[in-house]
Amino acid sequence: MLLLLLLCKLAKNVKIIVVLNITAEFWELTMIHTYKLNGKNFVLDVNSGGVHLVDDLAYDCIEFLRDSGAKEEPLLNEAARNAAILQLEQKDYKKSEIAEALDEIAALTEAGKLFSGDEEYVKLAAKKSQTTPQEQKNVIKALCLHVAHTCNLDCEYCFARGGTYHGKHTLMSREVGEKAIDFLIEKSGSRRNLEVDFFGGEPLMNWETVKHIVNYARNIEEQHNKNFRFTLTTNGMLVTDEVIDFCNAQMANVVLSLDGRPAVHDRFRVTPGGVGSYDVVVPKFVEFAKRRKKNYYMRGTYTHFNTDFTEDIFHMAELGFDELSMEPVVCPPGSPNALTDDDLPVLFEQYEILALEMLKREKTGSKPFNFYHYNIDLKNGPCIHKRILGCGSGSEYMAVTPTGELYPCHQFVGDKDFALGDVWNGVKNFDIIDKFKKSSLYSKPQCGDCWGKFYCSGGCAANAYHSCGDINGIYEFGCKLFKKRIECGIMLNVEKTLLAEARNEQI
Amino acid sequence: MSRITTIETRDLKQSCTSGGCGECQTSCQSACKTSCGIANQPCEGKTEE
Ligand code: SF4
Ligand code: SF4
Repeated sequence: MLLLLLLCKLAKNVKIIVVLNITAEFWELTMIHTYKLNGKNFVLDVNSGGVHLVDDLAYDCIEFLRDSGAKEEPLLNEAARNAAILQLEQKDYKKSEIAEALDEIAALTEAGKLFSGDEEYVKLAAKKSQTTPQEQKNVIKALCLHVAHTCNLDCEYCFARGGTYHGKHTLMSREVGEKAIDFLIEKSGSRRNLEVDFFGGEPLMNWETVKHIVNYARNIEEQHNKNFRFTLTTNGMLVTDEVIDFCNAQMANVVLSLDGRPAVHDRFRVTPGGVGSYDVVVPKFVEFAKRRKKNYYMRGTYTHFNTDFTEDIFHMAELGFDELSMEPVVCPPGSPNALTDDDLPVLFEQYEILALEMLKREKTGSKPFNFYHYNIDLKNGPCIHKRILGCGSGSEYMAVTPTGELYPCHQFVGDKDFALGDVWNGVKNFDIIDKFKKSSLYSKPQCGDCWGKFYCSGGCAANAYHSCGDINGIYEFGCKLFKKRIECGIMLNVEKTLLAEARNEQI
Repeated sequence: MSRITTIETRDLKQSCTSGGCGECQTSCQSACKTSCGIANQPCEGKTEE
């Protein structure tokens, strides 16, 4: 009976829904992703967020039902069950065992944890995208303040070109900073938690202004019932004891840029005179992390020249850092630094090596660390609203240049086509806002049949725009790496959960 | 269940009605920032379902 229900569900999925204001067509889709890792079988039910560890027979059953059931009417009846049994008997499974697996699958389907559809989400996306071009009520909850369009390093892979964003060297004034805070408070509606990210160039080159802006915001947050969360991203060159103390008191997070091994770091992260910065920044970062203890990230970039990037992560761990992040470089395809399709098998293997090493360290208790992309909160992750909406650039998140102009996010700064207005007069370019507001997971045709969609939300609009000229496109290379990271991250989380349960049982 | 172990996860379907408070962190995936993907952040509302 339950199995019949499942098969009905499978068969009705080819329903084309045209979403209000969204031109692309989507199917009401059941979606199952299966993969094997670390000797185990994983099944993800994409729409419900369900994660299952299954034995070989259940794995084969689920794949058979997914692959044969999706579009075939005949599977609506009992014959379907027989077809599954017939098929799987050829793989030397016993009939009674197959029937048992089918019953379990059917029970989970009934409970909404397997073969669930996405009809509600399509409607939700349509509702969220309903906006008029002159929409004034856009709620903004985060700003990226470009306090310094200048830098004391000259990293070849930097998208901001020496921190200037293809413009002049400029610093934000206190007045612009204060105005940006006022603008954010005014536009944030009833949102209480507001984020401000100090970015550049190198924000510590305008440190007095950073402190001034923080103090200004702290002085007025209570009267407006707001809670500011500040983040600072720095290359470390100008970190001092005073910077560390102030950040520890005021910044919710700090992001410290280190690429890993000395030679890897110094290949790109050099002064304008070409001198590597490793020896200057590492002692400062060590001190920073030691005194901070939590809520910091060591953030590195890997390129075509260090596809063995786990060595760089392990190097950071050796230095005593335990909150780590390592990002694939994004640069024009022709660049010698660019990652290529030929690099992919090596990179995939690297992500597996990383997850397994982390698991080993977790088990032994020897120098465990967190890798940012593997922090996946399966129990308390974001709701579906957030997963459909994506990063929020150009709607709830904007960047402010040193002279107070607004852009959809830091990656669009300097591109006049994306200029939104300024902190004095607010947003003026509603066409662009409209485009970003309507952009969601369900406005991106290529994301519709991607199993990673609710872990990714449709990716980075800027990367998509720079790789295919459309914020509703995708950056395909990034997608491949992203999905591999999610597979590894889920595996690691599941293993850690099982480990914790086993330890609890022992106690 | 003897063949399938289901891991405890947030039910995304239920979060249609229980979620949407908007208090959560923005989630820039850009490599040059905190690179916070959606999957990497917690729910601020700590919604009980
Ligand atoms: S951006 Fe890529 S990984 Fe993300 S949902 Fe779209 S296709 Fe999938
Ligand atoms: S568009 Fe990309 S770079 Fe900009 S905020 Fe979104 S994820 Fe970040």
